[in-house]
Parts: sequence; C-alpha cells; structure tokens
Amino acid sequence: MSLCEGLVQTLESQAAAQHFSKVHKVWLEIGALATIEPEAMKFNFPIVARGTLAEGAELVTELVDGEAWCLQCSTRVAVRRHGDGCPNCGSYQLQILEGQQMRVKQLEVS
Amino acid sequence: MVQVEQDIMSANQRHADVNRRVFAGRGIFVINLVSSPGSGKTTLLVKTIEALKGEFPIGVIEGDQQTGLDADRIAATGAPAYQINTGKGCHLDAHGVGHALEHLPDLRGGLLFIENVGNLVCPAGFDLGEAHKVVVLSTTEGEDKPLKYPDMFYASDLMLLNKADLLPYLDFSVETAQGFARQVHPGMECLTLSARSGEGMEAWLEWLRQGVTAASATAKPKVLLSEGT
Ligand SMILES: Nc1nc2c(ncn2[C@@H]2O[C@H](COP(=O)(O)OP(=O)(O)O)[C@@H](O)[C@H]2O)c(=O)[nH]1
Ligand SMILES: [Mg+2]
Ligand SMILES: [Zn+2]
Repeated sequence: MSLCEGLVQTLESQAAAQHFSKVHKVWLEIGALATIEPEAMKFNFPIVARGTLAEGAELVTELVDGEAWCLQCSTRVAVRRHGDGCPNCGSYQLQILEGQQMRVKQLEVS
Repeated sequence: MVQVEQDIMSANQRHADVNRRVFAGRGIFVINLVSSPGSGKTTLLVKTIEALKGEFPIGVIEGDQQTGLDADRIAATGAPAYQINTGKGCHLDAHGVGHALEHLPDLRGGLLFIENVGNLVCPAGFDLGEAHKVVVLSTTEGEDKPLKYPDMFYASDLMLLNKADLLPYLDFSVETAQGFARQVHPGMECLTLSARSGEGMEAWLEWLRQGVTAASATAKPKVLLSEGT
C-alpha cells in the first residue's frame, strides 16, 4: 500500500461512513516530520485516484511544523526536520511530540 | 463539504497493531531491517542465522522488488524464508507481512527478521508490527546518511555500522557517523561490525539474544491463543 493508496482508502471509508460518492477536493495536513514529499504526493495522487471516487479530485496539501520538547531549555519548540537543533538554544536533545501526521482534514464531496 | 480527522496511515497502523499482538502472543522478537541497497542486510542475516541457529527458532521475511535471490540465500542456511515481491512498491506494509506469516512455521519464543526493500525513505513511515527497526549503514556509504535520511534514522532504535573490515582502506569516521545518527536520534544505540570478517558480531548477537529472552517471556500458552483478534 503506497501513501496515495492509503489516501484513496481513507476517502473510500469516509464515503461509506458519511454517505457521499464523489470527491472533488481534498485538504491534507502533512506534518513536517512525516515520511513524505508533498510534491511527490501531488504527482502520484491523480494516477492512483484514476477509476476511483476521487478521480480528477484536486489535492491541497498544508505543511505544518512538527513540535518537540527541548530537554536543554525546557520549552516546547517547532521543528521542521529530524536532526535540526532547538531554535532557542541549539541543543539536539529534542523529544519529538508531533509532526508525523498525514491527516485528511476536509473534503468537498457530492 | 465534510470535515474529517483521519490519518492516511491508519489502515496500515491497524494491520501493524494486529501483527504486534500476534508476535506478543507467540513471544517472537521481530526486527525490521532497513538500509540502502547493498549495505549488507542479507549477508548479515546469513551470518547471524548461522551463529544463532540451534538457540531458538529463526525465520525471515524478505522484501524485494523483483527477485527471490535473497530468500534463496537465507534458505541455504536452513532457516525458513518467505519472499514478498513488492513489484513497483518501494517498501513492505503491515498487511503483506501479516499474510507472509501464514507461510512461515510457528516461531514461538524465537526471532523473526524482516528484510525490508533497500530504500532509506519510504520504509520509515510503515510500521510492520516489529519490536525495532534496525538500520544498517555501511562504511562505503557517506557518514552523512543519517542527516540526509533523518526520518529513517529517527525511526530506527539501533544503527549497525557494517563493513568495518574496510575501515583501514576508507576515509570513513565511525565517530562522525555515530554523531550524526545521535544528532537525529538522541541516545540511539550504535554497533560497529563486519558481516564478512565477523568482527563486532558478538555484541549484535548478544543484543538479539536479550531481545528474544524478553519477548519470549510474554508468550501465552498455545491453547489460550486466539490469533488475529
Ligand atoms: N567488505 C565487506 N563486504 C560486505 C560486508 N557485508 C556485505 N558485504 C558485501 O556487500 C554486497 C551487498 O551485500 P548484501 O548482503 O546483498 O546487501 P543488501 O542489499 O543490504 O541485502 C555484497 O557483495 C556483500 O558481499 C562486509 O561486512 N564487508
Ligand atoms: Mg538483500
Ligand atoms: Zn532548547
């Protein structure tokens, strides 16, 4: 299962649960630490969506920062990439709290 | 317009959770081995199986895009191996691993290796139900791989630096590579070894033995098992 197939599966399960049959637009939130390139996702989605309820649908991706707890300066900080230091103090002793999500937020459907 | 709050990885996660429960019920220690192509995963598995066989059951799931060659190399050791051909897919997923289990004997109280597709990107995001991802980096690759592929080094609990036998001939600093790995993943465990010469293998084998001992303590008696639930 590729990530795009995961997205189409998610849309299919939502269609069953929320009673719609066609998806026109998808808003997808991507955490900065998720294992995915938004551009690759945009490129692949139309191909995987062909012949499904999401054929021809537009994909809008929103990249959001990850969050971590800095053990050095004891603050909650934003992280854009694993291996980046704390924006406050430069320490690498960061505990990742959030940022790996690839979450469907909203759909335009009929 | 409808509102949704659903992660697109949730389907894979559900399968991974089922696998993890099956592994816990049978007390199997499961390793998801990841690396670039050619880092030495299959060679390391062959040497590891040869050293540990007889101590507990060992099986292997091989992920490969095309051939069954790696599974054949494993089978030559006498350990059961099942090959998943991923075709164009660049990683294994939890659903495929769940089905692969049907083709392997009961490894109760033992060790299951999953050799993932050689790729440092996509496998990072796919939980297969393993106890640990273990990333193999070889000395012929750049020391900066952890910084170039941070998601994989963050997802892995142990880094094996392989091909240590080549260190005298290369301009590769073990310290620098480990430093980069720990920059991405603070506190990450790192071992240096050579699958070819055998140096450093004992620490890796000991790490595996401890994992197997801990995992087998959770096994439920066979009669009480209701698997896949
Ligand atoms: N010098 C040296 N070569 C190794 C070592 N481990 C594996 N190799 C070689 O590296 C190549 C790729 O190994 P393989 O196990 O197929 O890598 P995989 O793609 O990660 O499964 C083969 O030619 C191996 O013989 C090692 O410790 N030292
Ligand atoms: Mg291999
Ligand atoms: Zn800080």
